Amino acid sequence: MSAPGTEAASRAPFSWRRLMAINLRHLYVLRSSWPRILELAYWPTVQMILWGFITTFFTQHSTWLSQASAVLITGVLLWDVLFRANLGFAVPFVEEMYARNLGQLFISPLRPYEFVVALMMLSGIRTLIGVLPASLLAAPLFDVWVYGMGLPLIAYFTNLIVMGWSIGLVASGIIIRNGLGAENLIWFSVFLLAPVSGIYYPITTLPTWLQPVAKILPSSHVFEGMRAVLFEGRFDVPHLLWAIGLNFVYLALASLFFLTMFRSARRLGLILHQGE
Amino acid sequence: MCEVDRSARQLPAVEGAADVNILTVVDVTKRYGHVVALDGISFSIRKGSITALLGGNGAGKTTTLSILLGLLIPTSGSVTVFGEDMLLNRYCVLGRMNFASPYVDLPKRLTGRQSLNVYGHLYGLRDIKNRIARLSSDLEMQPFLDRPASGLSAGQMTRLMLAKALLNEPDLLLLDEPTASLDPDTGDWVRGYLQRFARETGGTILLASHNMGEVERLCDRVLMLRAGIIVDDDSPSDLIRRYGRQNLEEVFLDIARNRRTGTLQGKSQ
Repeated sequence: MSAPGTEAASRAPFSWRRLMAINLRHLYVLRSSWPRILELAYWPTVQMILWGFITTFFTQHSTWLSQASAVLITGVLLWDVLFRANLGFAVPFVEEMYARNLGQLFISPLRPYEFVVALMMLSGIRTLIGVLPASLLAAPLFDVWVYGMGLPLIAYFTNLIVMGWSIGLVASGIIIRNGLGAENLIWFSVFLLAPVSGIYYPITTLPTWLQPVAKILPSSHVFEGMRAVLFEGRFDVPHLLWAIGLNFVYLALASLFFLTMFRSARRLGLILHQGE
Repeated sequence: MCEVDRSARQLPAVEGAADVNILTVVDVTKRYGHVVALDGISFSIRKGSITALLGGNGAGKTTTLSILLGLLIPTSGSVTVFGEDMLLNRYCVLGRMNFASPYVDLPKRLTGRQSLNVYGHLYGLRDIKNRIARLSSDLEMQPFLDRPASGLSAGQMTRLMLAKALLNEPDLLLLDEPTASLDPDTGDWVRGYLQRFARETGGTILLASHNMGEVERLCDRVLMLRAGIIVDDDSPSDLIRRYGRQNLEEVFLDIARNRRTGTLQGKSQ
């Protein structure tokens, strides 16, 4: 007779305990390795400092840019939210493949969609660990208090995290179907979107033919909205609604893509043999 | 959904009976393009039995186990475990099954205790701490339970994998080469433990192995696979007798090399 409770637990279509188990597995690793925690916070901090000094230099030489230091530093930090959210989703996924643990996980009652939600939670935790120290350091170093944006900041932060999940889902779907050889997708997929996201400049700066591409990215609407708050002191609701709508569509499509790739991997017998 | 299929379960009142089939495979085929990995295999496994899946490399053993676990979708055929269709409702029964294999691992950075704790939650165990303590004692894991898996020897890792496979006290335990890469002493210890597990819990074991001595000692039935087809199915002693051989290894070689077939006269059912 199987252990008490296991059969009933197995039948439950959704279980917070299973989500927490996946989180626990990665938090154990994080907790036991201070270099990993340091690494999470290192790049956002370095980026913020680097861009901070660049903008400090420019603000002393340009009247327009004298208003722009907060915009550039906030742009750097918000861009890192997107980047970290993608990494926070896809890196734990790839770690399971390297650890040859994916087969073990999916012979347990863990559902693929529960696994996806657990990775989203992990992504949130890892993003906060990464971006929080840098955002706090921006205050004493450059007199930029990003939290002064108030509620719009939460809206932009959330939208960028969700967009990061969508990219992570697509990258993970390709990796589970094509193996760890596709691992680099995690890193360069986000950077591919950077030039058209309008992080440091309005999307009107882009060539006319490229602007429609920017307009279908939630990130470009977030950064346009961010500039509206910081330059004009107004909360641009249409941009936020565009970001939410596009994110909703992309997250649904990315989830469908991941689950389709997962099923394809099951059909090809790739789950059990993943690893180095 | 599991609730719907509960009504369709095929093992209602007689589930405790020893002659009940808890696993039924019907005409399962798996093709990868033009390559046929399994070619219409059918078999059933009785509750409480220890069955071996034997065959040479590429015969289809791991493919069969992967399909039984729901990790691999067959091209055609059906698999029923505990009365549930594994292709449609595998989550309804995965909590009653478990698996250990050299093809899967546990996270190397985690200690054995941490891994078992994570899997305890995944399987929904009520008292994880006590279950880990019990398994740790049974499998003599105390000296290394709190060490990262990366520092464990092959024998210690096998015990940890076995502990994970037994965590939910599975009614059906699938094992792929459970004693591969173990020294004879540790291998013997693992075999003894599996025998005790089956005897004391009434659990059912299906194992794939290349170790004929292991199969002779542990198993009451052998399914012989060659090129994706079950070519024989009998108890180890009856296979040896029917093929006129001294041991199962000789029978295995006869079958793998297609040298001769065992007479069906006196074949046990």
